[in-house]
This record gives sequence, structure tokens and C-alpha cells, in this order.
Amino acid sequence: MNDVKQVIEEKITQLKKKIAESIEKVQSSDTLYQIKMKFLGRGGELSEFMKVMKDVPKEDKPTIGAVINALKTWAENEFSNLESTIKQLELKAQYKTEAIDVTMPGLTKPTGAYHPNTLVRRELISIFAGMGFTVFEGPEIENDYYNFTALNTPKDHPARDMQDTFYITEDLLLRTQTSAGQIRVMEKAQPPIKILSPGKVYRSDDDATHSPMFSQMEGLVVDKGITLCDLKGMLDEFARKIFGNGVKTRLRPSYFPFTEPSVEVDVSCFECGGKGCRLCKGTGWIEVLGAGMVNRHVLEGCGVDPDVYSGFAFGMGIERIAMLKYGINNMKLLFEGDTRFLKQFKG
Amino acid sequence: MLLPLSWLKDYVDIDVSAQELQKKLFGCGFEVEELIETGKDISGVVVGEVIECEPVEGTHLHVCKVDCGALGVKQICCGADNVEVGIKAPVALPGATVYATAKDHVTVEGVMTIKKGKLRGIESEGMLCSGVEIGVNGDTFDGGDYCGLLLLPKEFENGADVKPLVGLGDFIFDIGLTANRPDCQSIVGMAREVAAVLGKTMKNPDVSYTAVHSDKQIKVSVTAPDLCPRYIAHYVKDVKVATSPLWLRKRLNLCGIRSINTLVDITNFVLLEMGQPMHAFDCDKLEGGEIVVRRAKENEEIVTLDEKSFKLNGENLVICDGAKPCALAGIMGGENSEIKDDTKDLLFEAAKFARDSVRKTSRSLGQHSDSSAIFEKGVCEYMTELGMARALHLIEELDCGTVTDVHVDVKTEFSHDGRKQMEVSLERINALLGIEIPAEEAEKILTSLNFKVERNGDILKLEVPPYREDIDGYPDIAEELIREYGYDHVEGTFMPSAKVTNGGYNPEQKAENKLIDKLVSMGLYEISTYSFYSEKDLDMLHFPKESEERKFIKIKNPISEDLGIMRTTLAPSMVNTIVRNLRRNNMQGGLFEISKVYIPKQLPLTSFPEEKLRLCIGMFGDLTFYTIKGILEGVADSLNTKFEYTAAQKCYMHPGVCAEVSCDGEVLGYVGRLDPVIAGELAMDRKAFIAELDYEKLLSHAKAFKFTPLPKFPEQVRDLALVADSSVICADIEKEIYNACKYVTDVKMFDFYVGKQIGEGKKSMAFTVTFTPKDEALTPEKLDNFVKKILNNLKYKLNVELR
Repeated sequence: MNDVKQVIEEKITQLKKKIAESIEKVQSSDTLYQIKMKFLGRGGELSEFMKVMKDVPKEDKPTIGAVINALKTWAENEFSNLESTIKQLELKAQYKTEAIDVTMPGLTKPTGAYHPNTLVRRELISIFAGMGFTVFEGPEIENDYYNFTALNTPKDHPARDMQDTFYITEDLLLRTQTSAGQIRVMEKAQPPIKILSPGKVYRSDDDATHSPMFSQMEGLVVDKGITLCDLKGMLDEFARKIFGNGVKTRLRPSYFPFTEPSVEVDVSCFECGGKGCRLCKGTGWIEVLGAGMVNRHVLEGCGVDPDVYSGFAFGMGIERIAMLKYGINNMKLLFEGDTRFLKQFKG
Repeated sequence: MLLPLSWLKDYVDIDVSAQELQKKLFGCGFEVEELIETGKDISGVVVGEVIECEPVEGTHLHVCKVDCGALGVKQICCGADNVEVGIKAPVALPGATVYATAKDHVTVEGVMTIKKGKLRGIESEGMLCSGVEIGVNGDTFDGGDYCGLLLLPKEFENGADVKPLVGLGDFIFDIGLTANRPDCQSIVGMAREVAAVLGKTMKNPDVSYTAVHSDKQIKVSVTAPDLCPRYIAHYVKDVKVATSPLWLRKRLNLCGIRSINTLVDITNFVLLEMGQPMHAFDCDKLEGGEIVVRRAKENEEIVTLDEKSFKLNGENLVICDGAKPCALAGIMGGENSEIKDDTKDLLFEAAKFARDSVRKTSRSLGQHSDSSAIFEKGVCEYMTELGMARALHLIEELDCGTVTDVHVDVKTEFSHDGRKQMEVSLERINALLGIEIPAEEAEKILTSLNFKVERNGDILKLEVPPYREDIDGYPDIAEELIREYGYDHVEGTFMPSAKVTNGGYNPEQKAENKLIDKLVSMGLYEISTYSFYSEKDLDMLHFPKESEERKFIKIKNPISEDLGIMRTTLAPSMVNTIVRNLRRNNMQGGLFEISKVYIPKQLPLTSFPEEKLRLCIGMFGDLTFYTIKGILEGVADSLNTKFEYTAAQKCYMHPGVCAEVSCDGEVLGYVGRLDPVIAGELAMDRKAFIAELDYEKLLSHAKAFKFTPLPKFPEQVRDLALVADSSVICADIEKEIYNACKYVTDVKMFDFYVGKQIGEGKKSMAFTVTFTPKDEALTPEKLDNFVKKILNNLKYKLNVELR
């Protein structure tokens, strides 16, 4: 009977050897699985062994059984170890094949860009909105009354020469200044008034620094006890916010029919800090806007009592601010729509 | 205006440098746009005396020994024809800078630096100069026009710097005047300001003259007093016209006016110095010895001094004699009464003409002069009187005629002669300025500006100088005070007395910002184009004769014909912008503009037109219709709504690639591909797509979002690949999918195919259909059921089948 035992033991040894040999060169988990099934699976060679157990003499069964079980445990271990090794290798290979060139471009569509005027307009509005200003937009086609007469510029006034006006009829014209909006607001509202009036204006002027269409931003404050010092204080704040903290303002006498006193407002050059450079033409100052105390006749004409209320108004060219702020060297660029220009203004 | 320092010094004792004066003027409201230094380019030129002069054989040259005083004797080669022993001339020594002239010896071609050199092998240590070469001419220095050497007086010291000796080194202030200060457009006017700012007393010009009695009868009548408030005429006899003296010619020259003869020069001189334009008539040519100031008759004609002929109308003011117009008032005299060499007697005119009248006539006739430029800004009657007196004084001083006592002064009812009186409260002025100007200081400033001041506590009783027609109320006085007191006294405050107000954008402006943000985030660039273009731009896009876009508003005085009409559509501007980009080799891009179009309620315009905002989008490059449609879908999405698209026709769009865009049944505008015919005409080598929508309508369809609680059960999605006849459109299939099942909440086509596998006349479209459960979960069985219903409906309505 020892024969049977011997034969089986020998077979087990052979099987063990066979398993060891066949998994020695395995490199993929698929092959490994097939081999594992061949030996350990249902109907696999190991289970065939189990069938011969019935021929084993009873007294040898525990011994043989233990040997077979040991083989099974050994084999399962071998397979499991190998499996994880192969998985590691395969993962490595996968990582390698999936590796990409991270410097290739992304798929996001680039964002567009804002017109410089929009950027400046928004910045200005946000500065003044914080000081309590609301925004009012009047019509671009105005009549003589709102554009001139109500602004203390009657028909024979030489100040009309300051602005070459586009006329549509005797009375209707393309507004030459957003100041026209002042009148429309004051006619309807009583003080306190704090408005900003941005928009397009038109003058018959066309050269490197002038365009027949451009944009202005008008500001108007009317309340009790408003002074020239208040105008200065507000402009100081504006200049610091839009051009930078160290920037100062300077008032100097000027003339607009609808303000008295009228001032021209310069800011200290934010490029050179006031020492003098190309931007400020060596003067240390840059002219940015016109302003003044609202003329009594203008207030009266709008039904605001100039003995009770006073106010100031200021107006600036948005293109001018944009050109200064961004260093745009030619006004024409703002109206040409050249994508190489536009794409720079990401906002 | 040009203000020579030397002239100013006649009236004000100036003890500061030109640069310092420039600063002071700037501070009180007179911007010096340019400070011009005469002879700035000339340096290192001295007086030299020719002590030896030998001709160089075979040339036109002379080799000279020139005594330059302390600088030594120099050997100089000279080609001038008037070089000879004993003369004195300017010598440019090595290192000197002088003007280089062209072959004609007259035209200045730049500045050159003199070097030691050899002419025809002869050493030359400098150059003897002509007037042109050192920047002088016949009006600034006698002999300055001669193209040979400039001969200098014997008393000039050898070796002395030539510049001050020939009148160079003067300064001219080019001042930008504001429109409220016409009284400053003269030397005297500015002298008043300069005296005030320097705290000096101004000397007045000499206006004295001796009048000789004459029996001459001169009649002046003004029948258009509104256009000519004041007219002064003065008779001068025994006129002798001659060349003006150097001092007078020099003055005119500094202000850019050429000397003609004494009479013409006097009128120009008074215009510059007093700011009062003058005119002189040949008295013998005035029929009836009469002056009539009246409006021109319709089609009346005049030939002006410059031999231009004009046909006039009732808007033009003319100065006539007993029969005919003899001058365009304030602009230019007539040829018929011009002063000639044989003129014996003349009539001087000094008048005030209405500025608007002169401006209108000058513009409508296209005839401008120094005189009209001044009248357009305004003259005051005070200076009219003074100007006449100054001219008569000069007649006497220059001995070019006999001043008579025949003086006619017509003051019409429109005349404003005399001094305005006013009372202002210093307290109110200070309240306006926000600072305290001490009363004494205020009094001092106003006195220096020639106001007569009586102070009674806070109240200033003022008599305004007669030439200050701009002074009108206390704010004007506030301005006078602060500009002299100094704007640096104004310290910033922050409206301590104002009410707090709530600022910011209104909802429409917020919506516009949001829309712009959305378009930018989708990759578009914002543009801004002119509000005007021309009919050619409408032609470019083939707008038919009767189209609404052709009902445009015309500008009466456009800057050019290309910018002559207010736009009724943004599309032409967009197409032009795209064309410009393509021409510059910018081959792909997306643009948008939100701007107004101008729609008349009737033509010709009698009331304010409608100004409507439009959104225009333009895309160009290697794109399809669906690119621009995707942008519109993004816009709709940002407004929380959806647009409908219906195939449509628009004159400038490809007939097969154009849709009408609407929302909730209202048409918003169009989107499509620019007609290839137009693209061809514009030589565009890329496709272009345009959308133009009514911006206000667009925004009116924005839906406020409303929160819906999340469904309890997950949404389910099924993909359906369908085959349809070619004629069936996507929108129809979508509609029938929705119609077939109320659980469908979204239908989106994701694939499209035409080809052999499908068969002729067929197309395949694949849709993702989203089902949203309501009260219970959607089981696979239910979904299958829905899909079956959908397919049945598609088959029944559109003959569409599952692929």
C-alpha cells in the first residue's frame, strides 16, 4: 500500500515542480490567471488529485491529505505573490504608456477682452458709486437747449466755437458734451443730486489726438454748502484711486460757460512722480479733466434755487484716461477694432 | 495769441525772467502754450570788421582778415558779393550755430554748426553771415533781407555777441486764451494781467493827438444796431504812405505780420496792441461822403481786398457808402475803397460788431482775417474808443497824415458803454470757495485788476473795469480772487455738509455689465465703432432701397461724406471691422459691440429720434454657423431663457445660412453667414458670421431665476439615433420628442451624419433625451415605454425612425 502513498507523494512533488516551472516566466496577469485555473481551478490538476484520495489507504489519508493541502496553500501563496508583483509591473507600464506632454496646450477657449473704454468706465463708476453717485445716461442726439442754452451758452456765445458741433437740424444736434445730461437730471430731481453721466459725444475734429466720436464722463453734485474745496477733495480721491496712491491734483483757472469758477485739473505725473518725463512733457503734471462750481444761471434755469444750493460739476474724456492709464499711443486704435489691440485688455 | 516780452515791457516794468512770468501767468489762468525764444538756434555769432579782403583768382571768393575784437583776427573765405574792407558783419566762429540755407540763399534748410575748414584749399576760420543765416529779416533789422552779408552799423563793437544787437534773444509767449477773456487778446489786455500778477502799475499807451479843424462832412448811419452797437469814424487828410520805421516793423514781425506801409501797419499794430481791429477807407472813393452800416441786400455783391468776390444775403453785415458795400463788416475791406499809393484822405473805422454776426458771415463765406478772429471772440467799446485814439496818435507820430477834428461816434441803443456796478458779499464768495480770503487781500487783488472797490464790512461795492464784460455775479468775483490768491489755497474737503446718498448702477446698467462679462467670457472682444457712416456702407451690405435701414438721419455738416449719416444698423460697422482685421492678417476672431442705432420717427426730423441699443456680434475665420449660434445660446442661457431660430432671409446673409432669432415669440434679430457674394466683393478670404439683435428686447426676455426643489429621484438619460428624411429639421424632431412625453425636460442633438450608410435623401441625427421624474422613480420599464411613445410619435408625425 505504501506504493500508492509513494506514487502520490511523487506526483505531488512533480506537480509542485510543474507549477513552479510554469509560473516562472509568467509576465501578465491574464496568463497567470489561466495557469492558476489550470492548476487550482475547478477541474484543475490539483482537484484531479483530490479524486485519487479515494485510492489512498485509510491510514495514509491524513498524511497525504496534509501534503496535498500544504501544496495547495503553497501554490495559492505563490500565485498571490506573483499576482501582486505582476500587477505592480503592469500598473507601471500603464502609467508609462499613459504619460503625456503636459506642456501641450489646454482645451479651454481663451477669454475675450473688454474695450479699454469699458474698463475705464467701470472703474470710474465704481469709484464714484462708492461716494454715492448714481448713473444717468441721456440721449446722444440732443437739442440746442440742453446742449448749449441751458448750459449758459447762448447762440452768440464764443464758447460755442470751442466745440465744433455736428448739426442735424437747426435745433437738433449730436451732443458735444455729456454736460447736457446735467440739465435733464436737475429738471426732474431736487437736491441732493450726485450723478455720473457717461456716454458718447461728438465733435467735428479728427487728428492724432481727436476723434469725431469719443466718450465722456460727467459728474454733478448739487446740495447745500458744496464748495470748491469739496470738488478738490473728491478729485484727490478720484486721482488716487485711478492713477495710484501718491498722485496729487492741481487746480488752475479755466473757463466753461456752465461753471464759475471753472478749473482745469491736472494730476501729478504717475509715470515719473512729478519729476518730468515724456508722458508729462517734462512738466510733472498731466491734464485730465475740466471742472468747476455750477453756474448760478444753470441752477436757476433748472429750477434749483442758487441761493440755497450750490454744486460742482466735472467732465473727463474716457479715451484720454484710458490712453494715459494704459499708455495707448494713438486714439485711432480705440475705434479700429484690431484684434491684436483688443486682446490685450483682459480686464 | 502772441505776446512779445519786449512789447510787454513798454507797459509793465518786468523784473522776472520769461520762465518765471510764464509760471505766474499759468497760475492765474493764462496758459503759455509755447515760450518762443527768438534766435534760439543761433549761437557763437559775433561782430566782425573786414580789415583785409583779397579776391581768390578764378573764383567768386574773397579771402578776408576779420577783426573780431578780443577774439582776435580770423582768416575767413567769403563768397558774398558785398564783402569789402571796412564793413562790419556777423561772424560765425567755429562751433557757432547758424541757419543753413538752400542755393537761393533765402530758404532755411536747418541749423548747421560752423567748423574750421578749407575752401578751395584756403583755410577759413568761420563764416561771414547774411541776415537769413542768423534769423533776421528786413522787418527786424535794416538790410536783413539782402542775400549777401548783413551789414552792421559801425558803432557795433568788434567781437560783441550779435544776438542782442540785432534784436534776437527776445521771448514771445504764445498764450491760449479762454473764451471768457476776449479783453486779453491784445498786448495791452495782457499787460493789465501781467501788471496785476506782478503787483506793478501799468503804463498806458500814448493816445494823445492834435486835431486840426476840417469842414469835411462825414455822415454815419447804423441801420443794423443789433449787429453794430457802436461805430466810430475819424477823418484823416493829406495822407502820405511810406515805409514804417524799424521799431514798428519789428513789432509786427514778432507777431508774424509782414510790414506793408505805414497806414496798413498802423491798423495792424492797433489790432495787436489794443485788440481793436481797424479799417481805413479811401475817403474819396466813398460816394456821398457817407457810411451806412446795414444788412446786405439779397444777392448784393462785394469784392474784397484780396480780389475775392462774394454774393451776400441779409445775414451779412456790410459797411456801405452812399451807394454800395465797401467792406464786409469786421472781416475785410472792399477793393473799391482800398487805400492806394495815391490816396489823399482816409476815413478810419473803429467799431464793435456783434461777435455772432461776424462769425456767421465769416464761416458762411469762408472768408477769415485777423480782424474777424478778434471780433468773433468779442471787442469792448472802451477799447474801440482807445483803439481809434491810438491809431490817430500813430498817424501823427509817423507823420503819415493830418488828423482832423472830424470824428463821428454812433452809439446805438445796443451800445454798452460805462462801468458796471455791483455789490458782493465776501462771506458768500468764501462759502463758494470753501476757504477764507482775508478782506484786505480781496480788496488788494480786485484793485490790482482795476476794479474800483469800496469795502463796507463783508460787502464789497465794486465798479467793474469797462473791458470786463464777462463779470456778471459774485461767482465771477470769486474766480478773480482765487486765481490771483492762488489755487494752492484750496484744500480738499469731503462734502461735510452734503446728505449721504446711495450710489451705484441701476438694474439696466447691471444687466449690461453682466451681458458684456458673458460675451467676454465666451472669448469675444468688445469693439467700439463710429456712430456714423455713409450710404455706401448700406450699399455694401445690399440693403434694398425701401428697407427700414435706409430711413436714416443725415448730419448737416459731416466731417466727411464717409461719416455723414447716423447708423440704423450696426452690421456695416461690424463687417468693416472684420474686413480691416483680415487685411491686417488677423485671420480669426470674435467681436461684439453694444451701441446705439438712431431711428427717426419721421423724416425730416422734427423731434428727438429713438435711440435704440443693439447687440452686434461678428465672427470670422475657419468657423461654422454653429459657432456664432453657440454664442447666442450662451447669451440666452445667461439671461435664463432660450431663443428660437427659424430659417430666414436677410439681404446681407447667405440665403441658406441665416436665421431669425426670437424669444417667447418676439423677433429679436438675425444671425447668419455673410453672403459669399458680399464677402467676395470685399475680397474677404475667410467666412464671416454676423448677428444683430435688439438689445432692449433681448434684455426684456431675461427671466429671474427661481429655485425649484431638487427631484427626489434621479434624472434618466437615453440616447436615440434616428434616421429622418433630409427635409426634416432638428427643431421639428425636438418638438415632437417633447410633445410625446411630459417627462422629457431636455433634448439635445449630439451627432449628425449624412452618407451612404443612411441612403439617399436621408440623414441620421442622434439625440440625448433627459427624463425628469415627478412623484416616483422612473423604472427601466417606464423609460422603455416612454421611448416607444416617442418613436411612435416621430414615425407618425415626421416619418422618423430609429436607426
